[in-house]
Amino acid sequence: MKKGFARFARNRGALIGLVILTLVIVIAALGPPLYPQDPWRMVQRPFLPPFTAPGLPLGTDALGRDVLAGLIHGARVSLMVGLVSTVVALLIGVPVGALAGYFGGWVDDALMRFTEFFQTIPSFALAIVLLAIFQPSLFFIILSIAIVSWPPVARLVRGEVLSLRSREYVEAAVLSGQNSRQIITRQVLPNAVSSIIVLASLMVATAILLESSLAFLGLGDPNVMSWGYMIGAARTVLRTAWWLTFIPGVAILLSVLALNLIGEGLNDALNPRLARRGE
Amino acid sequence: MTILQIRNLSIALPKGADRPHAVEDVSLELAAGEILCIVGESGSGKSMSANALMGLLPEGVRPVKGSITYQGRDLLQADEGDLRALRGRDIGMIFQEPLSALNPLMRIGAQIAEVFEAHRLLTPVARQSRALELLHEVGLPDPKKAIRAYPFQLSGGQRQRVMIAMALALEPKVLIADEPTTALDVTTQAQILKLIEDLRRKRNMAVIFITHDFGVVADIADRVIVMQHGRIVEEGPARDVLLHARHPYTQKLIAAIPGPGGEAKDDKQGAPAILRVRGLNKIYKTGGGLFSSPRVVHAVNDMTFDLHTGETIGIVGESGSGKSTAGRCLVRLVAPDSGRVEMAGVDMASLSGADLRANRRRIQMIFQDPYSSLNPRSTIGRILTEGPVSYGTPRAEALARARELLELVGLDASAVTRYPHEFSGGQRQRVGIARALALQPDIIIADEAVSALDVSIQAQVLDLLADLKRQLNLSMLFITHDLRVAAQVCDRIIVMKQGRVVEMGSADTVLTAPEHDYTRALLEAIPGRDYERALKDATGVPACQS
Amino acid sequence: MIRFILARLLKAAVILMAILVLNFFLIHAAPGDPAAVMAGEAGATDEQFIADLRARFGLDQPLSTQLWLYIKGAAQLDLGYSYRQNMPVAQLILDRLPATLLLTLTAFVISIVLGVVAGVLAASRQGGWGDTLISAVAMIFYATPLFWIALMASLLFSVVLGWLPGFGYETIGANYTGLVRGLDIARHLILPATTLGLFFTAIYMRMTRASMLEVSRLDFVKTARAKGLRPGVIQRRHILRNALLPVITLAGLQAGQIVGGAVLTETVFAWPGIGRLMFDAINQRDYNVLLGVFFVSAAMVLLFNLITDILYVVVDPRIRIRS
Repeated sequence: MKKGFARFARNRGALIGLVILTLVIVIAALGPPLYPQDPWRMVQRPFLPPFTAPGLPLGTDALGRDVLAGLIHGARVSLMVGLVSTVVALLIGVPVGALAGYFGGWVDDALMRFTEFFQTIPSFALAIVLLAIFQPSLFFIILSIAIVSWPPVARLVRGEVLSLRSREYVEAAVLSGQNSRQIITRQVLPNAVSSIIVLASLMVATAILLESSLAFLGLGDPNVMSWGYMIGAARTVLRTAWWLTFIPGVAILLSVLALNLIGEGLNDALNPRLARRGE
Repeated sequence: MTILQIRNLSIALPKGADRPHAVEDVSLELAAGEILCIVGESGSGKSMSANALMGLLPEGVRPVKGSITYQGRDLLQADEGDLRALRGRDIGMIFQEPLSALNPLMRIGAQIAEVFEAHRLLTPVARQSRALELLHEVGLPDPKKAIRAYPFQLSGGQRQRVMIAMALALEPKVLIADEPTTALDVTTQAQILKLIEDLRRKRNMAVIFITHDFGVVADIADRVIVMQHGRIVEEGPARDVLLHARHPYTQKLIAAIPGPGGEAKDDKQGAPAILRVRGLNKIYKTGGGLFSSPRVVHAVNDMTFDLHTGETIGIVGESGSGKSTAGRCLVRLVAPDSGRVEMAGVDMASLSGADLRANRRRIQMIFQDPYSSLNPRSTIGRILTEGPVSYGTPRAEALARARELLELVGLDASAVTRYPHEFSGGQRQRVGIARALALQPDIIIADEAVSALDVSIQAQVLDLLADLKRQLNLSMLFITHDLRVAAQVCDRIIVMKQGRVVEMGSADTVLTAPEHDYTRALLEAIPGRDYERALKDATGVPACQS
Repeated sequence: MIRFILARLLKAAVILMAILVLNFFLIHAAPGDPAAVMAGEAGATDEQFIADLRARFGLDQPLSTQLWLYIKGAAQLDLGYSYRQNMPVAQLILDRLPATLLLTLTAFVISIVLGVVAGVLAASRQGGWGDTLISAVAMIFYATPLFWIALMASLLFSVVLGWLPGFGYETIGANYTGLVRGLDIARHLILPATTLGLFFTAIYMRMTRASMLEVSRLDFVKTARAKGLRPGVIQRRHILRNALLPVITLAGLQAGQIVGGAVLTETVFAWPGIGRLMFDAINQRDYNVLLGVFFVSAAMVLLFNLITDILYVVVDPRIRIRS
């Protein structure tokens, strides 16, 4: 484990990612109490550029709302949607993949056809349809994102389980009288965990992108301020107030980049198969 | 006439490796037309010197001292372009894994023709006809078909012949063969060895043959170099080294070669049968979908035998003979299609659920791969107690028993808190044996249990198994591809071929007076048979006694 | 080979059927009267509309009958009627489909070609500054929201620099014909296709790089070196060909993302394809159009998948000969 962290820390990109992500988490957690400006309230005249008005470091948007307040509240939404939808996707994908991989035969066939179906349909279009039909509340946004993002988890877990299942230590566990549940939870899944963690960190990133895209199209929760909504709202004034689009975009970019860098670092640290050179 | 000379070669390993040098201070000479065998166990550095010769060392590994002189030039000083001109043309090379050594997406003919192309020789048409001649020369059954084939369409032995054809295309003066027969069945190995021997004679080509198998050495070597921990410990003409080894390490290696002997084999057929197998069948269907018919393989075909209390039966066969499937059918890791497996009157083949679980603890298995047979995320203690605990033994009692077992298999009891990666291959195999014993079984099935180990470790584990068997009055099925190992430990031997039992009898009879042609072919293919006889005459003891 | 394609087509048909069933249940799962849902919010007030719809889709009949009617309709390319735009949905989509196919196929080709080239370059300079640079750029594009990069690109190249048109399919009112029109469309295509492709370029680049490095460690590469082949030849003939197999698989898996991404790109660049149609349908809650576009985009993904499957079989003899 210590060796794993050393490998992670040796990856400079991963460290940078960790620093950025920590910053975003701190902003999301402490921002609203420390900067209690309502992001929906009109505080000044519209289109104030950044660094021009005291107390409004990032200026105001088309409706005179505080951009910095929006950014801070948006961090909360992005992180929460990313995390919760990933957890939900894992809750669907891990059991499906584990059962398919472990039992094989018709169970595998049925579950994998089901997974393939969800993987084939364009996930973004499905999320749009789901949200357009069921009103875009935070709950449905998270659910939709989870519904379109679990198939890769199922496939990864199935693949891992399939290869782990034929390991001799699993055969030994069968012979030593352990039942299927014990074998899956004690012998197989612990060995697949590192791959799942890596995938999950990348999924949080993808979910943040997905949420912002949906909000950009007008399918965000109308009651919460999010980065995607800010870009969508500023789109029509791109020519005159480009920074209103630019600033939240950079926020998304940095958060997603941080998560991807961390995912890559975790991959090097936890799956040292490719990183083994020179050791 | 010396054509190649290595002087004081040292090759550095990257920082953090288990030792600073892969190879240290190695000097050797190679004469035209001679076969020089470099022997050693894994990690001895035997492959590294050969790779250095070709300029094909792995990343991060580099020569730091010495010289390699070929035709008056130092290859270590040569630039990449010069080395490239040498590779394939002056020095050819073949590897251990004939499947992964060929590009899966290219036809055989194209891969051979490439050798000529690399050195800008011949026209494309001439290259193809030369490829065909070469395939013919290395004895591929249907060269015209083979030249159009992809690697996956050929068998392991055929692929190795292709590799040889490729290495010989430009008639190199030196052939480096890096464990070229290790991945092959014993009969195929014998053919490949003969082929290399023939080609060497025909072309007066020098061969550096890297191997861990003294039987192979005895069959083909003119001279032998023995390596240990990156250093040469002994070298000399094959006869001298093999029959009058001076260095203790060489003596130890030679003593560890398995062979008939060991404890006296007594007839245990009078004892009651503890396992009765009747008409066991397992058929595999693979592929087959909506538009294609499945491929059917009869992996175990009507197998019948009795295992008596205290007896060890060897199930011997080449890859694809069904020996492993048979073993897995007996413990129901694989469900047999038909037949009975009676253990104390209960038919294991028809049990299910709780009954199967209750009976299965009496028959346990030891596996082949010491690296994949222990869960890397479990402590040794957990690995050894999981079985008893799931059968209701209190954890503390199971743990106490685990400590005893570890000592029984020759490990320290403190190992319970450690993880598998902290142990060597041989030690892991001991843990695997302890795990099998934890449930106090009557029968042990050892599936190629020593095949992945170096000979010296192999000998220790075989001794341990023999001891335990006697102490605990176990009955054992010993599944192996290696007749020498079977000869050493088994009372009776079953020979399998393509799912069928072709011969069954006492170990002595099967090994000395086989009835079936296939058994005879297997025996004849064992490398170093004459050598073992010679060794016996020279030292007066059978090879296996250590 | 023909068997293989037949099997794939059959599978595609089953998936399309399943999507129809999903669509059908989505309409019924939506809050409110299915007839009102189909009519859209505006039509819901008109009693006559609702009555017509009930009769046409047999909304008073059992669910199974309704499902049958729905599927039968879809099989005859009847995807319902858009009461918002007063046009059959199929007609609306068909009019817009060529623009989307042009956009997505161009983006697909751009991303694969650029991605593979960049991946090969990075892999062959592993650890050097070229590799670091390419990998860093890919990492950033991979983390950039597609719609944002589209907005930034249109701001930079269209508004600030004025090099390329920032919206539309062709110059309106110019009435070009023939080659001139083709060039005009191509100019309009550059920004949307490139921005849509960039995200996927990053994915293919990373995959190609990783795959090249993995393959270059395999034994047959050592064999190739032992033959005395030059590094360039080994790279192309032995490493690249084998490394492309997982990239092709990935391309098939990513096809759905490209089609989905078209919604965002078309929205930003006012590209008159089915993605833009979908965006308008979201704002108008025009469910028939939404579901129709969803169905057709799934069909497009299946087409992309078929192409990559065939490509895979062509490249890999093991599958070609065994099947």
